[in-house]
Amino acid sequence: MRDFKCISVRRMTKQFGEKVAVDNFSLEFGKEEFVTFLGPSGCGKSTALNCITGLIPITSGEIFIDDECIDDAHKSVPPEKREFGMVFQNYALFPHLTVGENVAFGLKLRKLGRAEVKQKVDEALRLVHLEGYGSKFPAQMSGGEQQRVAIARCIVLEPRLLLLDEPLSNLDAKLRVELRYELKTLHERLKVTTIYVTHDQTEALALSDKIVVLRLGKIQQVGTPEKIFSDPANPFVADFVGYKNAWEGRIESLEEKGGALCARVRTKGGLLEARLSYSENDTRRASIVAAFKAGLPVTTAIRPEDIVAGAGSGNNVFHCVADLVEYQGHSNSISACIKGCEESRVDLRSVSSVSFGESFEASVDPDKVLLFALPPEALGVGVP
Amino acid sequence: MNAAKDWTNKGGALVLLVPALVFIVLLFLYPFAYGLYMSLTKADGTLSLANYARFFQDARDLRTIGVTLGIAVPVTLLAVGLAVPLSYHMRRGVPGERLISFFLIVPVTLGTVLISEGMLTFMGPNGWLNQLIMVLGLSQTPIRFTHNYAGVAISVGLQGFPYAFLMLLGYVSGINPDLEKASQMLGANKWQTFWKVLFPLMVPGIAISFCLNFVMAFSVFPSAVLLGQPSGPQRVIAYAAYQWAFEKFNFNAAAAISMIMAAIELFVIAIVLAWRSKMYKGASIVGKG
Repeated sequence: MRDFKCISVRRMTKQFGEKVAVDNFSLEFGKEEFVTFLGPSGCGKSTALNCITGLIPITSGEIFIDDECIDDAHKSVPPEKREFGMVFQNYALFPHLTVGENVAFGLKLRKLGRAEVKQKVDEALRLVHLEGYGSKFPAQMSGGEQQRVAIARCIVLEPRLLLLDEPLSNLDAKLRVELRYELKTLHERLKVTTIYVTHDQTEALALSDKIVVLRLGKIQQVGTPEKIFSDPANPFVADFVGYKNAWEGRIESLEEKGGALCARVRTKGGLLEARLSYSENDTRRASIVAAFKAGLPVTTAIRPEDIVAGAGSGNNVFHCVADLVEYQGHSNSISACIKGCEESRVDLRSVSSVSFGESFEASVDPDKVLLFALPPEALGVGVP
Repeated sequence: MNAAKDWTNKGGALVLLVPALVFIVLLFLYPFAYGLYMSLTKADGTLSLANYARFFQDARDLRTIGVTLGIAVPVTLLAVGLAVPLSYHMRRGVPGERLISFFLIVPVTLGTVLISEGMLTFMGPNGWLNQLIMVLGLSQTPIRFTHNYAGVAISVGLQGFPYAFLMLLGYVSGINPDLEKASQMLGANKWQTFWKVLFPLMVPGIAISFCLNFVMAFSVFPSAVLLGQPSGPQRVIAYAAYQWAFEKFNFNAAAAISMIMAAIELFVIAIVLAWRSKMYKGASIVGKG
């Protein structure tokens, strides 16, 4: 493997006719990093991945490995010369070749000796716990086993970059978790630089060093799993990582208190207090202040886990009526409406059981409430 | 519901097979068996191998095997050989695909006789094709395309190629496109990807379309009669059978020739299928993904 320090994608754009699938995508990541592209289907994450491999030609932008330009939309290194490895959602194993021949495919193309090929194939199959499966055909194996073969087929070549396109999406829930653990272990052992594409936030949080959240081809936020999970940059990211309670409202008062921004927001469900720890140079802070001054609507973002059944201290108490209760083992997932305001929904978790139609009080700590100024498209401005 | 279940369990399902069985027996098994019986008897009804012996001793008849193979094998190889790269090229669809398919299917629907008649005038010594060739200065004298080997071969090829192409197109466009991407990502260029991944996966389709094409070409009759010299160099085996049956009214000899035709066709098919199973082992193994 040719050594490198950093891969950088600069202003990469991919257009299919009028449709912009990947829009001005810039990202830099170092060797050995595990980067995840996270987003709903149609957000351009797979297209971005395919553009980086060279399988889809880019419309504009550049891709560099250190200072070697591998793609600038005019001249591009073909995919087979990039020394990248790719794992597909549908495994894409060659059905006419045995498992051993599948893993040996790339090695044989590199004209390695027979003994060396065999030794490397055996080693790769051992790494993915498939010793002795070499003479089977892919069709004789389960989905999880097939995907491990696909991984072995890539890592045996020691790629500079390993790209995984929703590799676990075709597997059942249990296998998905198992293989996820294995991917993590494998990455910790081999330290292969990896880009992983998924729509599953659990996978993204569990595996990644860095998460890139995408929407409509645009990067929404880049950050560590902790950052993305606890400090989403905008309402979209918040919604995608599970801040289900998004209530629209207007800020009635806004004041600085001990470094935090204290806001009182009038929502349909009542008055809500939020204590925002957005730092001085955080754009979210500036946009909240601007929204307050202009009297523009804002939206809340609160995790169901942060709302507790029972009255807490302070003002953030809602009187609700439960209209959907799902038992989930360790807790109940409750969907309720606020008394006197049917259209305001509260989603929360509760350990104690609440029965259908029961009235109860719920409250949320002001520290757990995030506020975002609504983006222009949510206000119907700038978007048809 | 129980009644229905019992009905299917107690062999009632076999009743549903009856129409198909009657069809096969009446229209295939009986004529075939009758033909076999005729080929093994003399005109007076006594059992004998004389009809076969006569064929193999008659140099003029024996020659028809070589003549027919000489048309069928190269034409089939060429048709399938052209269909492979063309279907590969069109596997993801190309602009004007419907139009291309239309022009490929037309010769099949028109039938051999109409095509041959058309070729006779179009490609004949005074036909448009030769006039064009002479205008362009490609040749001073008309080129013979009819009443010779070329005429028969072109006509048979025109009939066979669409089948080969359409069948292979179905095969190759059914191959998971991610396999090509995977191969490329593992370091294979387009050429290597074709030979190491796509071609082996196309082998079953190639084998089947070769077999179908070969059988059609080997039983060539109207093309040979209309566009060849059926009494001379293009005396194909089907024509020999026809002459024995309807010129010499010896149906037993004709039946023997038909049986020999079938044997040769089966032999070639066996060779092709052996090649197929040698090339492609994985296909026979099915399992859940």
